[in-house]
Amino acid sequence: MLGAYLPILLLVIVAVGFGLCSLVFSSLIGPKKISALKLSPYESGCEPVGTARERFSIKFYLIAMLFILFDIEAVFLYPWAILYKKLGVFGLVEMGLFIVILFVGYIYVWKKGALEWE
Amino acid sequence: MFDNVWLIPLFPLIGFLINGFFGKKIKNEAVIGGIGTLMIFMSFIVSCGILLQMIGLPPEQRVFEKVLFPWIHSGNFKADMAFLVDPLSAVMIMVVTGVGSLIHLYSIGYMHGEEGFYRFFAYLNLFCMSMLLLVLGNNMLVMFIGWEGVGLCSYLLIGYYFHKKSAGDAAKKAFVMNRVGDFGFLIGLFTLYWWFGSNHNIWTINFTEIKAASHLLPYGGVVTVATLCFFVGATGKSAQIPLFTWLPDAMEGPTPVSALIHAATMVTAGVYMIGRMSFVFIKSPETMMVIAVVGAATAIFAATIGTAQNDIKRVLAYSTVSQLGFMFLAMGVGAFTAGIFHLMTHAFFKACLFLGSGSVIHSMHHALHKIHSHDDAQDMRNMGGLRSAMPITFITFLVSTIAISGIPGFSGFFSKDEILWQAFANPYHGGLNIVLWGVGALAACFTAFYMFRLVFMTFFGECRINAKAKSYLHESPLVITIPLMVLGFLAAVGGYIGLPKLIGDMFGGIPNYFEHWLEPVFALANQYSAQYAHHGAHPSHAFEWSLMGLSVVIALIGIGIAFTMYVQNKDLPGKFTATFPALHRAVYNKWYIDELYDFIFVNPCKAFGQFLWKGFDVIVVDGVVNGVANVVMGFSGIFRYIQSGYIYNYAFSMALGVVAILGYYIFK
Amino acid sequence: MDMISIPVVNMTPILPEIFLSVLAMVLLLLNVFSPSGKKSYLAYISFIGIAATAVLVGAGWGGHIESFSGAVILDNFATFFKMIFLLAAGLTVLISDQYMEREECNHGELYPLILFTVVGMMLMASGTDLMTIFLGLEVMSVSLYVLAGFNRNNKKSNEAGLKYFLLGAFSTGFLLYGMALTYGATGTTRVYKIASVVGQMTLPSANIMLLAGMLLMMTGFAFKIAAAPFHMWTPDVYEGAPTPMTAFMSAGPKAAGFAALLRILLVALPTLQIEWSQLLWVLAVLTMTVGNITALRQDNIKRMLAYSSIAHAGYALVGLVAGNGTGTAGILFYMLSYAFMNIGAFAIIILVSKKGETNGNVMDFAGLGFKRPLLAVAMTIFLFSLAGMPPTAGFIGKFYLFSGAVQKGYIWLAVIGVLNSAASVYYYLRVMVYMYMKEPTEEFEWTQVTAPVALALIISVAGSMIPGIVPSFILEFAQQAVKLI
Repeated sequence: MLGAYLPILLLVIVAVGFGLCSLVFSSLIGPKKISALKLSPYESGCEPVGTARERFSIKFYLIAMLFILFDIEAVFLYPWAILYKKLGVFGLVEMGLFIVILFVGYIYVWKKGALEWE
Repeated sequence: MFDNVWLIPLFPLIGFLINGFFGKKIKNEAVIGGIGTLMIFMSFIVSCGILLQMIGLPPEQRVFEKVLFPWIHSGNFKADMAFLVDPLSAVMIMVVTGVGSLIHLYSIGYMHGEEGFYRFFAYLNLFCMSMLLLVLGNNMLVMFIGWEGVGLCSYLLIGYYFHKKSAGDAAKKAFVMNRVGDFGFLIGLFTLYWWFGSNHNIWTINFTEIKAASHLLPYGGVVTVATLCFFVGATGKSAQIPLFTWLPDAMEGPTPVSALIHAATMVTAGVYMIGRMSFVFIKSPETMMVIAVVGAATAIFAATIGTAQNDIKRVLAYSTVSQLGFMFLAMGVGAFTAGIFHLMTHAFFKACLFLGSGSVIHSMHHALHKIHSHDDAQDMRNMGGLRSAMPITFITFLVSTIAISGIPGFSGFFSKDEILWQAFANPYHGGLNIVLWGVGALAACFTAFYMFRLVFMTFFGECRINAKAKSYLHESPLVITIPLMVLGFLAAVGGYIGLPKLIGDMFGGIPNYFEHWLEPVFALANQYSAQYAHHGAHPSHAFEWSLMGLSVVIALIGIGIAFTMYVQNKDLPGKFTATFPALHRAVYNKWYIDELYDFIFVNPCKAFGQFLWKGFDVIVVDGVVNGVANVVMGFSGIFRYIQSGYIYNYAFSMALGVVAILGYYIFK
Repeated sequence: MDMISIPVVNMTPILPEIFLSVLAMVLLLLNVFSPSGKKSYLAYISFIGIAATAVLVGAGWGGHIESFSGAVILDNFATFFKMIFLLAAGLTVLISDQYMEREECNHGELYPLILFTVVGMMLMASGTDLMTIFLGLEVMSVSLYVLAGFNRNNKKSNEAGLKYFLLGAFSTGFLLYGMALTYGATGTTRVYKIASVVGQMTLPSANIMLLAGMLLMMTGFAFKIAAAPFHMWTPDVYEGAPTPMTAFMSAGPKAAGFAALLRILLVALPTLQIEWSQLLWVLAVLTMTVGNITALRQDNIKRMLAYSSIAHAGYALVGLVAGNGTGTAGILFYMLSYAFMNIGAFAIIILVSKKGETNGNVMDFAGLGFKRPLLAVAMTIFLFSLAGMPPTAGFIGKFYLFSGAVQKGYIWLAVIGVLNSAASVYYYLRVMVYMYMKEPTEEFEWTQVTAPVALALIISVAGSMIPGIVPSFILEFAQQAVKLI
């Protein structure tokens, strides 16, 4: 019964082990030159402490929303890909329609210039 | 053709819509008048087609119902937009569209140059549509729509010159008096509907269905109540005692309106309604007697007032009231055919008289205008000797006057004589018959007198306006005289379709076509009346002849008096009024009926209204209403306060609602 | 490898939805590929498309087809409601172009969004599965949120869009929770199956899960039809949204809410009628009273009509409380006539108001009767119809709603309804007093009445009058529509 979950257990062990190993070995072997920039939590330049009511550009939201929309497309495509043969032509047509509808949206977004940052 | 009956009211409706909405833009009088006239004339053609088809059918097949669309169906109550075509409605549509067409034509000339020309024709078309709905409706509701519609148009047209205060007042008076009558009509309708429904589970307002079920109605009792209510409606619309005073005032409207609405068609609606429901009315001997008495009383009463009026249209107005009284007298004595017959002939000669008077006024007005005189163009005391200036008007007017006076050979004689004979010989009212006949005959005498007085004062003798104006008097244009000639012709010969049996027999058995025509409509009523009719010994032919002769003599006497007083010996009227000043004053002031009504109804109502307003309304009602309103407004303010605009408040109220609802149902 | 069995699907019931969706997508692309500027042609195409869909829907009258394993149905009930939606959308499209041009927010996306809303509403009317109904509701709502905030330059419009979105999402939560509970209690989301499962329960009213599911669904729909106490969003959203969209929202989605509510309560849960009619009784009284009383004090005419719209939802609920043939047919009749009279009234408001949504107070109607008599007459007809005076459609509609209640013995409810209706006359008449008895306060240029707006007005006037004069014609359809559900 539980034997079925053995591969998952192995996967977890390997993943955790890999992560631990990388951390341990890099701290043992790697050279250490400490600077203020390196010690900050986000090296990208974001201030970790400050007012919470900061404004983000609307573009972030736009991209995030578009990402979610097209991400969902991928979520739908996965099960279809697995059951591709069982669903047959019907599945192909349905998926084609689905993609066409999303494609219309894609064209609209593109032409509207929502994908351009500036 | 029967199937196309819906076209008849449709054409005037189209005319109304075109002229009503676009008339102001069209501007061209010929086009506006042409459309209006053409539309009603098309209705006339369809009516002719229906009449011809009906003549071709055997009598029992002459009834046809056309359901246009289901209208109101709610539970037991069912009313369709449906038309009933039968010999009676056929007569009515012929009169309405025929006389209507002529008057529309006449109006093109008469209303020339008036402000709001399009408005006039739009209203006139609307009136025709309403009147046709009234006569064609197969149930009481459609009839009532027409009934109200003609009332509205009458109001609009009386007040056509709305800048004149007297016109506005007259319109209001007509409307209010009609509303009083309409109230009676509605009560009658509900009484009948309720009685049939609650006693026999027949919920209907359809004439055919009521007719089929009419054997269930008792004699007297509830029928008396219902029919009296209907009759109140009829007195309002047809200007009978006590609701007649609006009609003379209605002469404030343009003359074609007086001719069409207040002489030929609308005012006869009450007579038609009684005819339509003869099988109900006949079941109440009491109502029949009331109708006969009111009719006779109105006939004599209005005729006396007519003798002392100086305004040409007012004389004709009182004459109309009086003639309507004759029709009601006929209905009341069970002579439905005679009543409808008189309705028709009256439509011919009275329309002709009104249009003739219009022609005279038109000419007088023109002449007085030319010399910048402000004399009254309608006052007969300013006229005289118009005979030579306006020959066609004169001749047609004279023919119609002869007809209305009841001179043998002319249409009025046949119808009026039939009514008088039936008043005398009917088997219903016993000893009252002789009184009814006597009053009727006297009214006929007065009729002949005042009509010839009018003719003599207007067309004979010396012209009483100044010589300069006289030269401007002229005959009216063809568009006015053609309708006059047609109507004059009809007034002369229209009676021959209803020859009394006595005369018909003399000429080799010519039947009374009109009576045969309407026989199927009134057959049932005659059958019911047998229940309480007590036929005495049938009067001999000789007796009938002598009565006929007597009524002719009476008419001639009336004419003779008029001739003596207004042609031969012109001092007589003055001497007469000097001898009996009180009597003259009373008659001249219409027996002070308006003042009486003011005293009995209007002033107390005003006082009561004043009391209600100043005392009751301002203090009690306003107090309560304002109090309630203030409380409501207060609540309104609170609700407004709750509506704060903050989303969290809104969400909170929603959540609260959900919790309350769930809580109640789960823990109850 | 065993094949998954694909059910045979009959597309006929959702043909109009498919057609409109495709049209909307085409319009969307057309919009981005065409040069910016006038967008009137999109309005014309939408209108023609809506008319074509109406023909398609009308052709289905009398049919009865279940499809998608009972998730969607084509029946007269759905057809009648779809006609109302198409009518509302058609009239809205006619009055939109001129307004959007004036307010300088004439973005072409408006028309696809309206069409998508209609698609959603149609799914609500023809859905016989809680999931289909929910899907339709979301398609409709999401489009409406955007439409409410469509005028980006106007603060109030933005506020309306955001408020509608937040509160709408909140209420959707209740609705979905209710659906989930119902599924838990019955084991199905198919409306007809729920009915049979509930019918076999020994004491369904004691099943708390089912009861709670029903109540939560009802609150969700109560939000959509703006019934008190879930009405608070209405005035703010109606006032802020672009006026044509307000007109659309008050007519279409309200009818859609009723369609779904009728379907669920009458088809799935008739065994719980005692419970739900009890709740609806309270909601109806509350809704009518709050709507009418608050409307009395409003000066902004859009806000006044928003409260009046709440009150009208209350009247319609009276018919649902009765739940009999007369009452439910009355709802259908009323929703249809309400679409005409309300959109008509809003069309006049558009013509009277000026750029930037100013000049929208009752006082600004002063002297309209002298300046633009025809418009004033049209407005009078709409107001008379809203107030329920004979011989207008509003009178007959109320007559059927209340007489349905009386037939079922809800005398007091009918009395409260009539009293409310009498109170409402006050604020409708107030507009008329301004139109006919006051002198205009200032001189200004009146908006020109363009041909599409004139057409919309003519249709609205006809629709507000004809059902009042010949009610049996429309009522016959309504009665046939409710016979089958």
